Amino acid sequence: MRSKVVLRRLFRNKQARYGISALVLLILLAYVGPFIGPYDWTDKDFLAFMSAPGSDHWWGTGAIGQDMYAVTLRGMQKSIVIGLLVALIATGLAAIVGSFAGYFGGWVDKVLMWGVDLLLVLPSFLIIAIISPRLKGGSWLWFVVLLAAFSWMITSRVVRSMTLSLREREYVLAAAYMGIPRWKIIFRHIVPNLSSLLIIDATLNVSLAIIGEAALSFFGFGVQPPDVSLGTLIAEGSRNATGYPWLFVFPAGLLVLLVLSINLIGDGLRDALDPGSNS
Amino acid sequence: MSILEVRDLTVTFPGGIEAVRGVSYDVDRGEVLGIVGESGSGKSVTSLAVMGLLPPGAVVSGSAKLHGRELLGMDEDEQIKVRGKSISMIFQDPLSAFTPVYSIGDQIAEAVRVHQKMGKDKAAKRAVELLDLVGIPNPDLRAKSFPHEFSGGMRQRAMIAMAIANDPDLLICDEPTTALDVTIQAQVLEVLMTAQRETGAGIVMITHDLGVIAGMADRVLVMYAGRPVEQGPVDDIYYRPRMPYTMGLLASIPRVDGEEGPLVPIEGSPPSPAALPPGCPFAPRCPMKVDMCDDEEPPLTAFGAGRHVACIRSHEIEHKGLTGADVFPVPVIPPSDVVRVPRAERATVLELDDMIRHYPLMKGAVFKRRVGTVFAVDGISFDIAEGETLALVGESGCGKTTTLQQIMQLQPPQGGRVVVLGKDSAKLDKSERKGLRGDLQIVFQDPMAALDPRMPVGDIIAEPLRAHGRKDASARVAELLELVGLAPEHAERYPNQFSGGQRQRIGIARALALEPKLLVLDEPVSALDVSIQAGVINLLEELKNRLGLSYLFVAHDLAVVRHLADRVAVMYLGRIAEIGTVENVYDHPAHPYTQALLSAIPLPDPERERTRKRILLEGDLPSPADPPSGCRFRTRCPKFAVLSEAERRRCVDEEPSVARLANVVDHGAACHYAEEVEVITASDNQEEE
Repeated sequence: MRSKVVLRRLFRNKQARYGISALVLLILLAYVGPFIGPYDWTDKDFLAFMSAPGSDHWWGTGAIGQDMYAVTLRGMQKSIVIGLLVALIATGLAAIVGSFAGYFGGWVDKVLMWGVDLLLVLPSFLIIAIISPRLKGGSWLWFVVLLAAFSWMITSRVVRSMTLSLREREYVLAAAYMGIPRWKIIFRHIVPNLSSLLIIDATLNVSLAIIGEAALSFFGFGVQPPDVSLGTLIAEGSRNATGYPWLFVFPAGLLVLLVLSINLIGDGLRDALDPGSNS
Repeated sequence: MSILEVRDLTVTFPGGIEAVRGVSYDVDRGEVLGIVGESGSGKSVTSLAVMGLLPPGAVVSGSAKLHGRELLGMDEDEQIKVRGKSISMIFQDPLSAFTPVYSIGDQIAEAVRVHQKMGKDKAAKRAVELLDLVGIPNPDLRAKSFPHEFSGGMRQRAMIAMAIANDPDLLICDEPTTALDVTIQAQVLEVLMTAQRETGAGIVMITHDLGVIAGMADRVLVMYAGRPVEQGPVDDIYYRPRMPYTMGLLASIPRVDGEEGPLVPIEGSPPSPAALPPGCPFAPRCPMKVDMCDDEEPPLTAFGAGRHVACIRSHEIEHKGLTGADVFPVPVIPPSDVVRVPRAERATVLELDDMIRHYPLMKGAVFKRRVGTVFAVDGISFDIAEGETLALVGESGCGKTTTLQQIMQLQPPQGGRVVVLGKDSAKLDKSERKGLRGDLQIVFQDPMAALDPRMPVGDIIAEPLRAHGRKDASARVAELLELVGLAPEHAERYPNQFSGGQRQRIGIARALALEPKLLVLDEPVSALDVSIQAGVINLLEELKNRLGLSYLFVAHDLAVVRHLADRVAVMYLGRIAEIGTVENVYDHPAHPYTQALLSAIPLPDPERERTRKRILLEGDLPSPADPPSGCRFRTRCPKFAVLSEAERRRCVDEEPSVARLANVVDHGAACHYAEEVEVITASDNQEEE
């Protein structure tokens, strides 16, 4: 019944409706858009270097004559997947580890928190730098796993401390006295009550992952040229942002739209899950 | 000459919420004015407005004059001179009313020095005097203690000391004893009366407890939905209420001297201040409602000598001499079939045999070492027969909750035995334990905390069903909602859309989902307002009779226990002090602790309350980590104090166990010198006779 009620509340929420339609449009643009454009993302137009947007190249061209429309959409395909996956994995991991450590306590708590602290003190950038050469040639999904693996620890500590106080609530006790297994109590009673925090964390993670991926790509890990992502495009375009704004504005604008629509969905979901809101 | 004159006071909060809508009252010197009302009736907001302590954004209008000086709209500097000097306030929660980082003595001395030119030494000395006045032992030493080192009752005494530090003209007490146990409440009320005698101040006593008001107040103001609905001398209000709300309120309180049988509930719940009904705000719940009630809100009009009533039918009530029981429908609760069988022939659903629960007391951050033991529950035995309600009563810290948890966990106890429905909890395997959970359910105290706020009510009630593999949950959920008096459509709402009483009904529905045989009720009505409480108590009674349930009922309110329970066990410091049928224990208590407990409960009956003899206990509950040797109650026992030296030896050396009293079937007390005394109705006059 809860999922039905939450879904209904979600679709009744204006913000969420806008967010969902914006995200659907963006995904359509990323995957259908390239078929409409006149150029492929690998095509190079040697007659037009750094040309401004026009009827031929809708969003202009880059330094070696790539069509920015095709390239940006190609980058966005990757970035949407990376952003959403990293956010889901990182926040999910944070929720699971934090709530299990907080609810079970004892040695489970000790071991899990020891692991969290270890990951926190290790310089994640270094680890990724060491591991990524070994993953060369492997799927870029590995890269998603790596990014996610280093961005959940602080949230999981927050989740753990909130769980410690939720654990003492009478409704959790009531569930235990009903004979419900402990892992079910965590997923049914503890995680939903942390949802406000988790949703905010997840929406932040989406944009952090897209930007963070660009930083890593810059150092030669992650998405490698000639392949592109929104992050690499923004990093490149930002150098010439004043002289050739179209190199920067289109990828950056799409990133903003993407993050905005995810934020709207997040806010709507939070309201739908929170019975205190009057939507 | 009145000290405080309040006229047409209104308070509006942002969003158009009218919390107080026209309150007028006077307080004379040496007079106690009681303000009663349910939560949300605006009684606290009224006095905060007088003190100028409302949050910014609240709009106050009307007038409040102290000695003829207008308090409302006074600038902050002037207000500070009045606060704490001419008007003092005593708050409900004494822990949050003190700053934890300063000693109690310093804080009282500070209150003195703010308003009087006085040296530090002199102020400190005055603080010690004040602490002595409110009856704190070793005041010169205790003045150096910090708030957390004081018990709840001592903190409230210190709060009173601070409030009277500057000889105020007016004391405003906002639920001063609500957070305290009954025996401590009796002590604190006594201190409050002493303080009033010393200062001659007028007192405004705000409370929801009609018993407390009956004993203290000279005049009473009853508030409902932000307005006074009845005002007058205490005897008139209690014996001749002329407004249906007051009548219903008085009829709905369970009384410790009352008889068994259904209580008179007021249907519905108070209106939200944001959405008041047209006309009389009480009309939707009023059994005497006529069409005219919806036309306009009846004004508070003079009615006889010194009385005011806001009801268009008050003269009719006067004329016909109606009482709450005449006006409000008394529910009929079907009798139980089970109780016709004698108790000895019924099955035992729960048996505790010398159960023990101790907690280690640890110290140290890195290397924990055991420094002592908390004897939370130290060997208690009782049993519950089918269809019976056993109440476990006692003050906070006596081990009630620990006992409950031990039973609910269904784990082997540290010592003794817990037998639920004939199965020993120490010998259960996993599947048996889960199966047994279906027969043993719990209803919690705080209906807000006991329901997952993020779950629709339907899911909450269906949870135990699904946990035990029932598929057809939704039909059963609708059935359960109807059983507890809610509509099946409510299943899709969240708990926060319900009032406190409705939420408790949802909690009860969840507990009943699996058709348990034994229901554990952990203070199920103590968080509810009086008028709502009666409805829930009746529901519990009805369900018990209809479904043949047995209850283990944990409570600190002995009046509620009298109505609901068949048998009662009184706990003190982890042991049972007295056990027996309700009639035996209430009418002829044999243990000095039970006697003190019963005599400390205020009766909603002003005349009786005035002449009643109280057994006041000295001091606080000893720490369960260091209980006294022999009889645990001897340090506070009024009987121990009058025993001879030789008799006392036995109390010190030998721990009494529950012994059956002669010539009664079901009554036992753990006292070497048990003697039955009547205390509820005992009065000073009787003694003189």
